[in-house]
Amino acid sequence: MVAKLSNFKKITNLNQLKILANEIRQDIILSLAEAKSGHSAGPLGMADIFTALYFNVLKHNPKNPQWKERDYLILSNGHICPVLYATISKAGYFPRKELFTLRKLNTRLQGHPHRESLPGLETTSGPLGSGLSQAAGMAYALKLDKKPNKVFCITSDGEHDEGNTWEAVLFAAKYKLDNLIVIMDRNYIQIDGNTETIMPLNPLDKKYHTFNWNTKVIPGNDMSKIVAALNQAKNNHSKPLMIIANTTPGKGVSFMENDYTWHGKPPTKDQAEIALAELCQTESRLKNKTCSHCRYQHEQCVCIDPQ
Amino acid sequence: MSINLTQLKGLNKNLHLHFPDEKIPTRNGYGESIVELGKNNKNIMVLCADLTESTRVEQFQKKFPERFIEIGVAEQNLVTVASGLAHMGKIPFASSYACFCPGRCWEQIRTTICYNNNNVKIIGAHAGISVGPDGATHQMLEDIALMRSLPNMIVIVPADYEQTKKATQAIAKYIGPSYLRFAREKTSQLTSAKTPFQIGKAQILKDGRDLALIAAGPVLHETLQAALLLQQHNINAMVINCHTIKPLDKETVLHAAKKCKFIVTIEEAQIIGGLGGAITEYLSEAYPAKIKRIGVNDHYGESGSPEELMHKFGFSSQHIYQEAKKLLRR
Repeated sequence: MVAKLSNFKKITNLNQLKILANEIRQDIILSLAEAKSGHSAGPLGMADIFTALYFNVLKHNPKNPQWKERDYLILSNGHICPVLYATISKAGYFPRKELFTLRKLNTRLQGHPHRESLPGLETTSGPLGSGLSQAAGMAYALKLDKKPNKVFCITSDGEHDEGNTWEAVLFAAKYKLDNLIVIMDRNYIQIDGNTETIMPLNPLDKKYHTFNWNTKVIPGNDMSKIVAALNQAKNNHSKPLMIIANTTPGKGVSFMENDYTWHGKPPTKDQAEIALAELCQTESRLKNKTCSHCRYQHEQCVCIDPQ
Repeated sequence: MSINLTQLKGLNKNLHLHFPDEKIPTRNGYGESIVELGKNNKNIMVLCADLTESTRVEQFQKKFPERFIEIGVAEQNLVTVASGLAHMGKIPFASSYACFCPGRCWEQIRTTICYNNNNVKIIGAHAGISVGPDGATHQMLEDIALMRSLPNMIVIVPADYEQTKKATQAIAKYIGPSYLRFAREKTSQLTSAKTPFQIGKAQILKDGRDLALIAAGPVLHETLQAALLLQQHNINAMVINCHTIKPLDKETVLHAAKKCKFIVTIEEAQIIGGLGGAITEYLSEAYPAKIKRIGVNDHYGESGSPEELMHKFGFSSQHIYQEAKKLLRR
């Protein structure tokens, strides 16, 4: 079930992708617990989409991050970088053990991603609302140069409070940037609470439609729907494409799911053990094997040791 | 205006200065230069936020429509789209009024351009008090401080039309974030086509030994007139064109401080964080000198004609001359 894509293995088996997403969630919990700071809910909620992107959808080459034929992945909501780090590490951009330097002095894994620090990052982000316009600028340049590369941009619902985001929405529609594929992490939470309480955003699909974008709404934690939608997106034409992915913040860890207070905090050591036990159980169901970290049976695993 | 600057003693002959009657806006130099650059380098792009004519990029738009992006009134988008273009190897010139860009979009310049060392050129037109009747909202005075504080950014304030042409060419060649500032009004000329220009290299326009007048931008012409007034009173002033405020030409500034001991800085900007700020920061550590900073000091501009405002805010040659005399008595 492994097809060759450039120098990189494209995984088409849905169960394998789910297993990878689960391992990435475990790495997110481990790196956040080790860092003792950072964001939990967003990264866990986006693990399925990142897995699909880096192991099935994107043209990229971990051995040559600057490969000219690559698709560009722009992370606009930089605070969910633990999922980006865990995913690209698994894809081979840097050693897994480096995940446990997250947010520490001299790390390449800055608290918010810094392009110049780590191979595989296309932009620096953190301050919200400016990723979409950078992605649009890249898409414009690619069209100008008549290049076929796609630009994928991950944006959050919360950063649609930012004026800069809507400036970019107008711009991308004006220039019909159909090589721009935007995925919105629609998880309905931001730091202070529910997005619709803080600054109502709905109906987002209608807004994008009215702004002359192609739009699609998908369940953001359903691997088969994600893979289908993202691959279909490559055939997008005549308008930029917004894929609104309804995700569950904290997905995979019951006590974090749909609780906005997990937006911006990491699990404690004890909470990480509980989270990992649940994720290991999921892994066990998917794999019916032992834990990749500690070699216990998954039902008994309380692994927080990265080694 | 009967003052004849050719009477100045100690003018630097190597700079081929000239003082014709004709005044030309500095922004014209940008508009002409960017078209020439566009012909020779297909990576040059221009972005504009609904100010095509007044930032003088309409010729570029006509000649290279596909490399010209009209962003609309959206300065945050202006610089972030430019950042994306630069990531793909383009050399984008993001053009607007200085009060809007970098005024509106400082954080985007900081995070997406300077932190990444992206090769974006920020063009701030209509800076300074001489914008005139539009009033304080449009008279950008804080841009130098805003841009100077950003790591990786260079800051250039050309003196006149010819120097703006050369500065535009120089930043196009230079790889890295750059800020180029110019004024609205027609500006007296002092540099000629033969005058050299190098980023980071200040120009001693006139040698002197009693005090140094260090200025940037169109105020240099008034500064030279002030030097002539001083000369008529037997005070021999050095005049320096410090067109690059960052990186500061420390060697030339130190030379001036050591030789003259007294320094007056002149800029059409807030002295807090501007050219005066840069020079006092440096000299207070390297070679403390007696310094008077002429500029706008912690307040806003207002409506009026450019001439009235330049007089009221103390940029006349007469005022510079008086401040210089006051400093020498200290």
